[in-house]
Amino acid sequence: MITVREWKERLNEGKAYDAVAELIERAKRNRYNSFITVTEEIALKQAEEYDRGNREGKLAGIPVAVKDNISTEGVRTTCASRMLENYIPPFDAHVVERLKQEGAIIIGKTNMDEFGMGTTTETSYFGVVKNPKDEERVAGGSSGGSASAIAGNETVLALGTDTGGSIRCPSSFTGVYGLKPTYGLVSRYGLVAYANSLEQIGPMASAIDDLGLLLEVIAGKDERDSTNAGKSFHYSPVEKKFRIGVIKEMRADERVMEVFDEFTRSISKFAEVEEVSLPSLSYALPAYYVIAMSEASSNLARYDGVRYGHSLESLDSWTNYFSRVRKEGFGKEVKRRIMMGSYALSAGYFGKYYLKALKVRTLVVQDFMRAFERFDLLISPTMPSTAFRIGELADPVTMYMADINTTPINLAGLPALSMPAGEVNGLPVGVQVIGNHFEENKILGFGRMVERNEV
Amino acid sequence: MDVVIGLEVHVQLNRLKTKLFCSCPLDYHGREPNTHVCPVCLGLPGAMPVINREAVRSAIKVALALNAEINPVMRFDRKNYFYPDLPKGFQISQYDMPLAWGGYVTIETESGEKRVTLKRIHMEEDPGKLSYKGSITTAKYSLIDYNRSGAPLLEIVTEPVLRSPKEARTFLNTLRIILEYLDVFDGDLEGAMRVDANISIAGGGRVEIKNISSFKGVERALAYEITRQKNLMRRGRKIERETRHFDEANSITVSLRSKEEEQDYRYFPEPDLVPIYTSEFVDDVKDALPEMPWEKRERLIKQYSLSLEKAKILVLDPKMADYFERVAKEIDPRVAASWIVDVLRGELNYRDMSFSEGERRLNSDELVELLTYFLKGRITEKGVVEVIRTKLDHGGSVEEIIQSKGLFSIPQDEIDRLCREAIEKNPKAVEDYRAGKKQAANFLVGYVMKMTEGRADPGETARKIREILEEIS
Repeated sequence: MITVREWKERLNEGKAYDAVAELIERAKRNRYNSFITVTEEIALKQAEEYDRGNREGKLAGIPVAVKDNISTEGVRTTCASRMLENYIPPFDAHVVERLKQEGAIIIGKTNMDEFGMGTTTETSYFGVVKNPKDEERVAGGSSGGSASAIAGNETVLALGTDTGGSIRCPSSFTGVYGLKPTYGLVSRYGLVAYANSLEQIGPMASAIDDLGLLLEVIAGKDERDSTNAGKSFHYSPVEKKFRIGVIKEMRADERVMEVFDEFTRSISKFAEVEEVSLPSLSYALPAYYVIAMSEASSNLARYDGVRYGHSLESLDSWTNYFSRVRKEGFGKEVKRRIMMGSYALSAGYFGKYYLKALKVRTLVVQDFMRAFERFDLLISPTMPSTAFRIGELADPVTMYMADINTTPINLAGLPALSMPAGEVNGLPVGVQVIGNHFEENKILGFGRMVERNEV
Repeated sequence: MDVVIGLEVHVQLNRLKTKLFCSCPLDYHGREPNTHVCPVCLGLPGAMPVINREAVRSAIKVALALNAEINPVMRFDRKNYFYPDLPKGFQISQYDMPLAWGGYVTIETESGEKRVTLKRIHMEEDPGKLSYKGSITTAKYSLIDYNRSGAPLLEIVTEPVLRSPKEARTFLNTLRIILEYLDVFDGDLEGAMRVDANISIAGGGRVEIKNISSFKGVERALAYEITRQKNLMRRGRKIERETRHFDEANSITVSLRSKEEEQDYRYFPEPDLVPIYTSEFVDDVKDALPEMPWEKRERLIKQYSLSLEKAKILVLDPKMADYFERVAKEIDPRVAASWIVDVLRGELNYRDMSFSEGERRLNSDELVELLTYFLKGRITEKGVVEVIRTKLDHGGSVEEIIQSKGLFSIPQDEIDRLCREAIEKNPKAVEDYRAGKKQAANFLVGYVMKMTEGRADPGETARKIREILEEIS
């Protein structure tokens, strides 16, 4: 893994062009299937610009990989779906505009679960992402390509998106750092929606400071996203004797718990650590899936093959045309979620599922707010296990269960970090650090203390 | 038999500059298809709606003018259904937290004033528009124009309180006038107002007629439906609840779907928009509310001493009332009102021309010019009418038309001079006259007519000639 500091040293020693070309070569070999599209021409041109002396911006000369559900003008944005296999957006997402303004070198679009719907990147139309730590295993999902590109030295920074754990899960499985920001901190304009009320774009990197740097660039006011809080983020990590709550309800398998317990013991050297119970969490996972699928069923209705996306040569009555386009264009998991979401919103079931899920959501928020009266930060294992073998999760419910510790954070709109905290049989284990709304600097400050103390 | 009618009126807030959730211009009428579009109104992946605050202001204006109770917090919801003209697969509308509840519109019926109560008013976006090469039944494919997609709509829903097709039409006319007063609506633009009508006859199920695009159409569709349902009932058939479509060309309604086939729209809150607190708009809008038709009517009567009848007609169109007030600055208001209401409006109706179109062809300055000639006796009443007709049909300047058509009357002293000249130059005729051949005077009149190219009034000229002849004898 390459930190921004290491990369800058390389830029000082030689040409940006050569350094970027080396990354591009690796990205193109695509050993882990991290990339759906490598933007070789754009990246090399930007590197040349850098070498010519154009070094303006916080990310000048630094390679960033962008998850393929974030719109890039003139570069296809597939969401890892056959439906959008050849879709080229006519505009940049807010975060991509920001990257360009700050001089970042965009090296490609990363692989993911189709439309973000998955925990292993196995639902990608472009094939599974392999974990650089063990190529028999998945890199997690849905931002699996962004994580493997960092872990596999194919980029320095990456953008992921997190609807129910999609940044934190692959970060945990591949041993990288990933932060899901507070809902509303980063504009979603240009992010292809899966579940609007839950998701955020966030930074992924190989060091805490790098997360802070990238978040500083992408966060901030954008009037094109009505849910944007209009707040900017200035990276100034808070370091102090934190009061840390260990969430009782968030568990993992035995081996992961051993690593996690060891982590909590070692941070007691510089923090107050205590267990805390959030009883509503037992309902969080089903509530999350009801809301996510309901929103998804509506968001994905626009893919009808009329204006863009997968389309058919032969015309038919429009109802037949739509259903054939959607039958061919969407994968199995996407169809499952559309069907379940439609069901949950239907007359007669709306109150039973959707409204009930909203009530749970309120309870989850209240539980977290109560906890933050006593604690600065809350921690848990990010994932209930280490990375799965490819093909290991055969049925969807088992896969959904893997999101048990990450989804409550999205329901509550809180910021949460996943950082490496050890290994089980050579496979990374991530710890989840949760802060109150807009308290990213506390999370990152704590992360830095952990980094320095080599927990 | 008891007839009960309720209307759902879709009003395009087409006086706004931009669409409801993006900054695409609204002036798409008559433009190249798919030129007034952007990622938001095309529903491209990743595009997000942003509420047009001016649209909220306009909507609140309407709700206030219709005496409705504005929700302190309103929210947008998604109405999910598939249709090729709907780019996102859902329409952003309002469900259980709409703009406003209740309200009423007072209409004039044959039996006096009637209060038409409203159920609710909500905001929503317009879909695109389908068109067909040839007819809908023979075309091999349909074409879609998204220029209209995202245009701001208000849906105004009445309680089922209307009792006849005519009342329905009167309600729509009255509503249109109110909306035009508020300057949020131009009823002349295509697709500006579209109506779904619900009708039931005592003992029968409720039938909905969808998407009627003219006031005349509403009246006809309802009249057809009443006849159809009564005929069915007479034959002992039951009226089932269903949705029907109005076939404008043939003035009939045809079944679209039965109650069992009703769609489930799966409404849920639009997660990309935040609730709107209307209180931050209401006070401002209240202060900026314009004079309403009923207020204007009273003022015109008082300020210009107009009759109730004239004032009532003038306020039917705010453009006509404004036009009147501009003319009344220069000309006796009662004369102005009578020309505008009785003549100009009649000529416009005859041509099926809107007032604004009429105004483009004969502006208020021109009418002032024309009536000034009339009041000075330079042109006859008939001449004024002729100029108005020519202006409406062919254009041209007032003066040119009067000149070229020879409508200027000859001044009296010129007539007098010509009469004297006729007598001087025709001693024979004068002699004959004196000798008792009274018809000899006709010859003298003929002379004057010839010299004035027929513009002199023959009766008036004959009287004058006799007068002079008597004088000098």
